[in-house]
Amino acid sequence: MSSAAAGAPPSAAFDRTLLLVVPAAAFMLLLFVYPFLYGLALSFNPKEGGAFANYSHFFTTDNLWPTIWTTLRLALPATLINVGLALPIAFKMRVKSPYQRWATTILVIPITLGTVLIAQGMLTYFGPKGWLSQFLQFFHLYEGSIRLTHNYWGVLISLVISGFPFAFLLILSYITGIDPVLARAASTLGASPRAQFRNIYLPLLAPGLAMCFCLAFVQAFSVFPSAVLLGSPAGPTRVISIAAYEAAFEQYDYSLASAIAMIMGFVQLIVVAAVLGLRNLMYRGPVSGGKG
Amino acid sequence: MNHDFNELRLEGVTRRFAGAGGQAFAALNELTLTIKRGEFIALLGPSGCGKSTALNCIAGLMQLSGGSIWLDATRIDTLPPEKRGFGMVFQNYALFPHMTVAKNVGFGLRMRGLPDAEIAPRVAHAMKLVQLIGQEHKLPGQLSGGQQQRVAIARAIVIEPPLVLMDEPLSNLDAKLRIETRAEIRRIHKELGRSTIYVTHDQDEALSLADRIVVMKDGVVQMIAAPHDVYGQPSNLHVARFMGYRNVLELNVDSEQGDRVALSGPDVHLTGVRKQPLAGGRACVAMRPEEFVLAVAGAANTISGRVANVEYCGRDSLVDVVTASGTLLHVRAPGTPTLGENVHVQVPVERVLVYPSEASA
Amino acid sequence: MSAAGPSLGTSPDRRWLDRAWTGLLWGLMTLFLVNIGLMIAAVATNSFAKRWLGTWLPDGWTTQWYVSAWKEFQLDAILIVTVEVVFAVVFLALLIGVPAAYTLARRNFRGKRLLMLLFLLPLMVPPITYGIPLATVLYKAQLAGTIYGVILANLIPAAPFVILVMTPFIEQIDPNLESAARVFGASTRRMFWHVLVPLLGPGILAASLLVLVRTIALFELTFLTAGPDSQTLVVALYYAVFAAGVRAPQSVDAMAMVYMMVTLAWLLIALRFVNPTQLVSRVKEHPQPA
Repeated sequence: MSSAAAGAPPSAAFDRTLLLVVPAAAFMLLLFVYPFLYGLALSFNPKEGGAFANYSHFFTTDNLWPTIWTTLRLALPATLINVGLALPIAFKMRVKSPYQRWATTILVIPITLGTVLIAQGMLTYFGPKGWLSQFLQFFHLYEGSIRLTHNYWGVLISLVISGFPFAFLLILSYITGIDPVLARAASTLGASPRAQFRNIYLPLLAPGLAMCFCLAFVQAFSVFPSAVLLGSPAGPTRVISIAAYEAAFEQYDYSLASAIAMIMGFVQLIVVAAVLGLRNLMYRGPVSGGKG
Repeated sequence: MNHDFNELRLEGVTRRFAGAGGQAFAALNELTLTIKRGEFIALLGPSGCGKSTALNCIAGLMQLSGGSIWLDATRIDTLPPEKRGFGMVFQNYALFPHMTVAKNVGFGLRMRGLPDAEIAPRVAHAMKLVQLIGQEHKLPGQLSGGQQQRVAIARAIVIEPPLVLMDEPLSNLDAKLRIETRAEIRRIHKELGRSTIYVTHDQDEALSLADRIVVMKDGVVQMIAAPHDVYGQPSNLHVARFMGYRNVLELNVDSEQGDRVALSGPDVHLTGVRKQPLAGGRACVAMRPEEFVLAVAGAANTISGRVANVEYCGRDSLVDVVTASGTLLHVRAPGTPTLGENVHVQVPVERVLVYPSEASA
Repeated sequence: MSAAGPSLGTSPDRRWLDRAWTGLLWGLMTLFLVNIGLMIAAVATNSFAKRWLGTWLPDGWTTQWYVSAWKEFQLDAILIVTVEVVFAVVFLALLIGVPAAYTLARRNFRGKRLLMLLFLLPLMVPPITYGIPLATVLYKAQLAGTIYGVILANLIPAAPFVILVMTPFIEQIDPNLESAARVFGASTRRMFWHVLVPLLGPGILAASLLVLVRTIALFELTFLTAGPDSQTLVVALYYAVFAAGVRAPQSVDAMAMVYMMVTLAWLLIALRFVNPTQLVSRVKEHPQPA
């Protein structure tokens, strides 16, 4: 990680400083790795049936396996919106200014307030009798009550509200990490602002953007309270975390619940791997041969 | 704008910033300068003097608060940097970290829409010029500081710009590398003959590279002249101090005759040459340590004192001489005088430069 | 030292397009922020409203909902639990996190990267995914449903976060300072106390505030591991909203306001000492060339 760590002389005896890391490592192993492995083992040890009974049960039950698609249907668009909007806005705001400080401070609020408060706020504000509905009716923009809560759109909007600030702040921190003198150098060499973005910023941002997409996606894919409070958990917004929760705390089938959690993690892993693979593929392009 | 030009004219170029307390201050104040084709101009001064500001204004990276910049008959200060076509070498090189050396050097040509077939030979030619053949496929992070510097230079000159701008390109290199790269820059300038504006705070660089030097302080031009004149005949006290006239004494003016001035102070009687009009009864003299010679007591323009400190420098020594009343002189003398020895140091009249006293200036 | 923007010498068309694009982005941003503000205001208004059905403003104002919410949801007990959990988590996270960060910052050893990955994982995997197996284990260990279980669960993302924040902090401190202290005769403990801890003060404060704010808002882990008397504020809020059909929505909003006040208060304190971006960045990656 740094050159500062090289200061320690190689000791023949055991370096006692290394002991400092043991409590944390032990804690992680005990409460993170072990439960995960335990859950994995448990998932292959169902209440009834063979080792893979849980998984086959999942993929054959009508209110279980579609949850994957339902969740993807929410998570992917939400992530695309969040990252897609965050990039141009963060790019515009990369210069340090009062607006930048204000925006970053205000945007932190939805993140810290959390998904539950956002859900409640949306129920009040976006509800059929809320201010937004009244506003639209007042200006005759839309007759009738709007249906933005207790359905797919409510959950999607809440994912954008909680996900956009996070994506924005993350991308902003990457963009401001790029030395602006590089863009200046490019401009003296004849690059228009558009060309500067394409040739300098975008390639340098690519790793960060991919990471941001993955983190935002993972966050969105694990949607839970919003899907219950703002969606209709019985049907269109029955996401995979709801299925896992029900298995654990309503059916008391911890084995099945662990299996569902594993499937959830696995799907996330596939998407993340795909995005990172795509990034590696695309990123090589401008650097090696061909037109940049 | 890739044609050669006859002259680049800066007229009253001014750049103001909002300072602390809302007061605008001029980082660059009324810079007026004409650069002929092929000239090597150095902007010299301490940090904060406005030299980098001037360079950024010429490059288009900063907008002017006042004045104008002309390339022959075309006004260019209204153009964005990508339309001016100047090459620029940045202090921290500003090499694109995600591109190979070859792609870095060829970037400007790519931006101009040249086909790859044309870019490759020109890049190769520029790499040969800076003596970096064989490094084309490395990334900037894999090169040493000196190599990165040469890539930056190659990138600026490969586009064959009418003007090359250099912003303290050597300041991040160690002493030995600095001297070597300085020689490289000289060689490249001789070979290509491109007009160059070079910003530095190092007077050795300015003296050895420039055709003309622009000495600046606090945004204001102090002197524009050939290196020989800046070194030997600084036009004001600031330039003198900056160019190594370490001995600055404030003395009483006894008499003036033409441009000869007789001055005196405690233990000091000197005759010197006036560089600026004097007022009041006081004046400042500036003298180089190198121009003192050891003499005998009683000779003209001689100061007597005691050796307070000796720094051995090889072929001579830097000697601190303190007069009876405590005036300190820095003198370069051959050999190694003994500590505490009484010495008499003499300086020629033409090398005692007289300026107005700082209080009245 | 701003780069010259397109306002210099570009065609009028280009400038118009650029202005329109900027306007669109600013518009979207403003729309977003305004709606969030109104959303929060709606909750606030409703919490003080006597009755509010489909009109711009409620019929009348009252504070009865706060009183009833306090009693109904036993907010005093819940607040105490929340405070206990949050401060315990902060304390423990610092206790095991700071020494680990010190070792990671100052020493290179075999398996260091693996260890760093171990510490990074809980921050990159969402709480639900590892929360379910965790709840299972805690249930088996008979810790589920107790406050200890909740504290342990919340510690899992908290400790790595402390490590993530503190490691660059410690790296920044010149190791020569420690050497200097030793040369002048300080033992390890005294060196820690007199040199390291004072310098780390701001970092520890930052890390504490960040963990505090994040733990208050962390829903899933507490939800999965809490029992009826070990719920934190955010979980209690969830249950209130969930059963909202039975209760008056105004009292739920009142409770939501209480929750928001608590969070905002700590957030404002945190923002005095901490850059907003740090509340978010789980993984700070500097752009590297391919």
